[in-house]
Amino acid sequence: MVELYVLLVLMIIGALIAIEIKDLLSSVIAVGAAGLALSIIFLILKAPDVAITQLVVEILALIILVRGTLKRDLPFSTTGRWLLNTIITACFVVIFLAVGMKCFKDLPEFGYPIMKVAGTYIQEGLQKTGAVNLVASVILDFRAYDTLGEATILFTAVIGVLAIVRKIGRKKVDEEIREEDEEEI
Amino acid sequence: MSREREKGMSLIVKTITRLTVGLIFLYGVYIVTHGHLSPGGGFAGGVIIALSFVHLMLAYGKEKAFEKLSRAAASLFEDAGAILFLSIALLGFTGGYFFLNFISKGQPFKLFSAGIILPCNIAISLKVGAGIFAIVVALVLLEFELEEEKKEEKKGKR
Repeated sequence: MVELYVLLVLMIIGALIAIEIKDLLSSVIAVGAAGLALSIIFLILKAPDVAITQLVVEILALIILVRGTLKRDLPFSTTGRWLLNTIITACFVVIFLAVGMKCFKDLPEFGYPIMKVAGTYIQEGLQKTGAVNLVASVILDFRAYDTLGEATILFTAVIGVLAIVRKIGRKKVDEEIREEDEEEI
Repeated sequence: MSREREKGMSLIVKTITRLTVGLIFLYGVYIVTHGHLSPGGGFAGGVIIALSFVHLMLAYGKEKAFEKLSRAAASLFEDAGAILFLSIALLGFTGGYFFLNFISKGQPFKLFSAGIILPCNIAISLKVGAGIFAIVVALVLLEFELEEEKKEEKKGKR
């Protein structure tokens, strides 16, 4: 248990440094340190699937951040509308809290049917799906519909990124759009 | 600065990349195909496969990476993965319901077991790998083009 707390403290320190430091590269490296600590925590808590995913996604995010943030500062564009933004945010928080209060009344008591669903998966997962890795049997057989939704989200994200950063969307004011520009993309 | 980066990094980085990039790719394929036997699966393996191409692109420049996996091929793989995953799900209707495990389960602890989980993992890895490679390419190329535009603007001012 002690190593967990050490890693937690390391994560908190990394997050604080990432927020407070002025240099962008140091901030990105601090975020990476926090992610590495989180990955090791997953490993200690015996979730190797999540640990592997966390590690590779952390590497990827680090590459994108280093390549993307080093050269330029992005302008912060919400100045001047802080009153409207604050009112809208407060309204959403109040609405979510009100709806959440109604929903939580219908939920079962906290932690009451312990491992009811998970116990079924653990006992019958191997016979029903034939997969030795229980995580794979859950995410691709019992809960495959969720995985389909996750895949759809990623697909939409890729389309969105490619649509925003494509060449033709960033033309200059007096630039003409030609057909070959579009084919290049 | 940008011209140096397009050519790639130093000789040491290039040599190490040449030695390791194949191993990284193979490790990604292993993680994908053994997703139902050991930790990992389609998402993690797909990201590792994409990272091997990103590795190549960072070390050698974008032309070398596009020789191995062009942008058209990346988008084709992405679409193929999505369609494959959805068609596996829809094929479940032949036996009853969505995502039915219609292939025989086989023996546990063997590579070809667990029915649809292995093809689903491969489909997800195609989708995730090609999609993430496309995102990284888009962001990196955006920066290259912005630098070039700035240079052109400076030249124009002079």
